[in-house]
Amino acid sequence: MIFRHQDGSKLASPEQMQVWMKQTMDWIGGIAAQNKYVEGNGLPFDDAKVVHHNKTVTNGPFGEIKETLGGYVVVKAASVEEACEFAKGAPVLQGEGNTVEVRKLARR
Amino acid sequence: MTKELIPHLFRTEFSRIAAVLVKYLGIGNMEMAEDITSETFLSALETWTYKGIPENPTAWLYVVAKNKAKNYLSRNQVFQQKIVPVLKNSDTVIAEDEIDLSEKNISDSQLQMIFAVCHPSIPAESQIGLALRILCGFGIDEIANAFLTNKETVNKRLFRAREKLRTENIQVEFPQEAELPGRMDAVLLTLYLLFNEGYYSESQDVILREDLCFEAMRLVKLLIDNESTNLPNVNALFALMCFHASRFAARKNDNGEIILYEDQDENLWDRELIARGVYYLHQGSTGNKISRYHLEANIAYWHTIKEDTAEKWETILQLYNHLLTLEYSPIAALNRTFVLSKVKGKGAAIEEAEKLKLDNNHYYFMLLGELYSGIDQSKAKENFEKALHLAKNNSDKALIEKKLTLCQ
Repeated sequence: MIFRHQDGSKLASPEQMQVWMKQTMDWIGGIAAQNKYVEGNGLPFDDAKVVHHNKTVTNGPFGEIKETLGGYVVVKAASVEEACEFAKGAPVLQGEGNTVEVRKLARR
Repeated sequence: MTKELIPHLFRTEFSRIAAVLVKYLGIGNMEMAEDITSETFLSALETWTYKGIPENPTAWLYVVAKNKAKNYLSRNQVFQQKIVPVLKNSDTVIAEDEIDLSEKNISDSQLQMIFAVCHPSIPAESQIGLALRILCGFGIDEIANAFLTNKETVNKRLFRAREKLRTENIQVEFPQEAELPGRMDAVLLTLYLLFNEGYYSESQDVILREDLCFEAMRLVKLLIDNESTNLPNVNALFALMCFHASRFAARKNDNGEIILYEDQDENLWDRELIARGVYYLHQGSTGNKISRYHLEANIAYWHTIKEDTAEKWETILQLYNHLLTLEYSPIAALNRTFVLSKVKGKGAAIEEAEKLKLDNNHYYFMLLGELYSGIDQSKAKENFEKALHLAKNNSDKALIEKKLTLCQ
């Protein structure tokens, strides 16, 4: 499951971040309690860079793209439907325009 | 006097003498080392009763054990020389090397024995049996009692474990530095299971159960007292054990029935052990790796505060969330869901509990019964009945029956 944020340039307040973190951990804990969690991580923007086709390196990924990746979670799901049910509980979906993309791993 | 002194010395010295002898005789002779150690205590019982207690009883034990070991080795060597043609060569002389009885060698041997016994190639169940026998000096009867099984089964398990040590050619030595983290994980897991064996044992023998836990703690402490094994997760595990052990007196009634956490008399909690736990948890809070023992010790710490606060349950929930992502276990999943009910209410917890699907676990249905209590009595009753059907031991059954009568 890949989290996409509509507007990564919007900065949340530390209090908001904390609430969001707790909600995310509760959501992940619920998946882990079913023994369906594999791994996951957040992808913070600090020190983020984008390397371009011509090998130039820019700060990013702000400004020029509308969507940013916020993190990912790998789960064990029997079907894509089950994975979608997990995804529906993701707190990131509280933000309008945000999405959770559900993908299979090519190799395990 | 002899009758009191010998059991005491047996507890403190058996594993130390046995470790030195295994090191001296080689791992293939582990059973012989155990036998010689036992015989040494038998000699003490006979001699001391008759001649009185020697000036330095501990030293006496070591001298006798040392002589017995040397006799065994020389007898064995003669035997080998007669039957093994290669050894007919008269150049082979009996090794006359002394057994090193310095305090350093004794504690080093014990540490090395911990690593040998907790070798990843030995099945966990056998590791625990072997640890009880050789590292803690438990008798076969006591091990059988703790595992609720019979002596034959214990003997078979120990036999297989010793065979494995022999065939895998596992050395009584300190692991290489590169191997240390992985080997430590195996050691800590075995000592953790050893503690749990005592803590959750169904054995009616209270002294035995607590002894098992304190022995596990003694071995973890041995690791803390050695510089190269004094790692953060070792301290965290010790803290966890201190917090659990602090509740010994409060968690079972005189009939051996479990008293649930909420109903425990906190005056019976051992404040000194709690303080030790806090100390070692601080000691373990260095480095940047959080182990399951850190999380479990933290959870246990928060449980030493009896007062119900939002902060307490919220913190415990986050710790369980984190723990489950590191290491899933049904009991952690159930506990997390119980804590969820404290933070978000029974409705939210029921929704998540129904997804756990631990249909063979009586604690699962006890939890569901508990969550439905006061919300849907017929569902509560239904779940407690399922739990009763699955429960295996009497103290759990008694507890569930009590809950069932409350549902009427």
